[in-house]
Amino acid sequence: MRLNGAKILLECLLEQDVDTVFGYPGGTILNVYDELYNYGDRIHHILTAHEQGACHAADGYARSTGKVGVCFSTSGPGATNMVTGIATAYLDSSPIVCITCNVSLPLIGKDSFQEVDITGVTMPITKCNYLVRDIRHLADTVREAFAIARSGRPGPVLIDIVKNVTAEETEFEPLPRQEHGTSGRLGELMRRYDFKPPEPDMDDIRKLADMIRAAQRPMLICGGGVVRARADRLFRDFAHKIDAPVAITVMGAGGFPGQDELTTGMIGMHGSQASNMAVDECDLLIAVGCRFSDRVALKPATFAQRAQVVQIDIDRAEINKNVETAHHIVGDARRVLELLTPMVPQLTHPEWKKQVFSRPTETEYDEHPGSLTPWQVLSTITRLAPDDAIISTDVGQHQMWAIQHFHFDYPGQLLTSGGFGTMGFGLGAAIGAQVGHPEKRVIHITGDGGFRMNCNELATEQYYRLPIITVVFNNGTLGMVRQWQNLIYHQHYSQTTLDRAPDFVLLAQAYGLKGYRATDVHEFESAFRDALASGSGCVIDCAIDIDEMVRPMVGGGEHITHFMID
Amino acid sequence: MNATRNTLAVLVDNEAGVLSRVARLFSGKGYNIESLAVGTTDEPEISRITIEVVADDKQINLLSNQLRKLICVHSVKVLKAEHAIRRELVLIKVMADNFGKRNEIIQIANIFRASIIDVSKSSLTIAVIGDESKAEAIQNLLKEFGILELVRTGMVALERGQYTIDEQTKEKGEFDYGKNVL
Repeated sequence: MRLNGAKILLECLLEQDVDTVFGYPGGTILNVYDELYNYGDRIHHILTAHEQGACHAADGYARSTGKVGVCFSTSGPGATNMVTGIATAYLDSSPIVCITCNVSLPLIGKDSFQEVDITGVTMPITKCNYLVRDIRHLADTVREAFAIARSGRPGPVLIDIVKNVTAEETEFEPLPRQEHGTSGRLGELMRRYDFKPPEPDMDDIRKLADMIRAAQRPMLICGGGVVRARADRLFRDFAHKIDAPVAITVMGAGGFPGQDELTTGMIGMHGSQASNMAVDECDLLIAVGCRFSDRVALKPATFAQRAQVVQIDIDRAEINKNVETAHHIVGDARRVLELLTPMVPQLTHPEWKKQVFSRPTETEYDEHPGSLTPWQVLSTITRLAPDDAIISTDVGQHQMWAIQHFHFDYPGQLLTSGGFGTMGFGLGAAIGAQVGHPEKRVIHITGDGGFRMNCNELATEQYYRLPIITVVFNNGTLGMVRQWQNLIYHQHYSQTTLDRAPDFVLLAQAYGLKGYRATDVHEFESAFRDALASGSGCVIDCAIDIDEMVRPMVGGGEHITHFMID
Repeated sequence: MNATRNTLAVLVDNEAGVLSRVARLFSGKGYNIESLAVGTTDEPEISRITIEVVADDKQINLLSNQLRKLICVHSVKVLKAEHAIRRELVLIKVMADNFGKRNEIIQIANIFRASIIDVSKSSLTIAVIGDESKAEAIQNLLKEFGILELVRTGMVALERGQYTIDEQTKEKGEFDYGKNVL
């Protein structure tokens, strides 16, 4: 059938079972939005307040549902507004497809109104990107983009379509998704490379099984790869079979039950004493889907210095990148664990576990009578919120407190910008998660600094009646930066104090949402109960002391057990 | 590990933007490209990029694995100096304003099997093919006449013997098998 480019694009989205798109219209993408008008019954479009919000929402949708998130934006500033969102998805391997339209072909390269070379801009932060200049390549490109975004190590892909292509017409042949790899460019690509992850080498698996049998003090790291591969059950079975303690990275949260008896809690800069000491003392360290970032392996040269380090990763380029390994297996976490677990006998390491769990797996925070502490807020949420509630966070102290405290039980339960550390990620991601999971409660934990960055998305939350509960840890400062200034920069609180507008309660009301103020635990509890019962979106502004710290803390580049504060 | 000059041969799609994708990967990872040569292969839709970069063995492995992640990259091969032939073409324009100087320069060119490709009343242009030591040697000898201009194509290289960059015929090493996962 003969269709115009805009229709072809939307038909291709339907082929991919896309029913939700986040976006913001503009001049060059008008043809697409004009067709979208007729597709309203099949493609649900969420209009955000800002393209960055749309991109974070698509990312949050992808992380929580495991499907590919899709966002639309126009050329120029619309496209560049998505850049932070794309980089966030890239660093955390989240599969999204961003569709931008560019000026018409004759205007390309003329510094036309709202023209930007967005494929050039996003080259280092996408798995792949495309500029579609010929309508005959459009369908193939969209099919290829989705295949690449979700295959292997997932990640963002951007398609830039020049405006005239969205208006021109060509023959379009619908093709079911399973046949996409049989024709066109994608077919060629799939003939050239296998889109399936490499099948793990059985000799490598046997070697690892031998190492596990020989180990006296085995230790596991659950990384983001376990979450992306949805390999949580297999990982749990494996951990219990070899009876090894499990440290969880920020991205690995949800990959291993937070309350399991083998969990040592978070690892790294703000890792628990149990995790960090165990990594230092173990004789075999198996990291699954973890790239040993500088927030985990703070000092690569002495990281796990008594252990043979084994890395299991889908991306060969991650092997030996940050930490030198003794052995590695390239493959999908799910497949490797499927093959590995039956090869090892049931083991027990009671002495080793006793040693590891003699140290705290969680931080004990002090209570200050009469004031509200982060710990009280988080404990109240844990007690009252449904167990399967999705938590999204911004970046900073509240993020670390939330990840230290909440026990995540399934992949996609925590949405946080781990790699890129994007302040302002939380609300957009919460919107995406709530749209993807209307049946679940989504709780957005944020700080006053991060919330102020993208709180404009409250408009989206209100308009679409999304019952997101935003909990603002309002300490009137950029808490994490202040913590560094306090510990490392001689209490020079340079430009971190946020003693300024807005009043978040009034702000919520201005957006048509309910706002609560909490200055002690009772006020918080009643506000949170009310928020849960009301089933509508709201903001709870929690007054937190300005000098609360995240503990423990190991300084950047320091040995993992050199705690700056306990 | 010692950082040495390494040669990477990369087969890529012959398409717009591919060279910048490959080149920016080097700068993005903190490496300077010492030499770069690009041209189509016997298949017109595939180009071959030869890149020289100073790095140690570990860094070269990481770089090639990063390159293999690019969709436009078909194949990457690290060409070890001892197993590869490397050549570049250097054009040198030298000042030669009298018969004696021209004669001397021509003799030097002959010794290096270089060819004179242009002559004027006051200059000679020489083309020499070789690796960097040959280019450097002739450059040193010509310096005293006054080098007006010098240009090099960048190093190109092929593996010695029957092995090629092609997946089927290439020597299998641990990090050489196939394409990195997409």
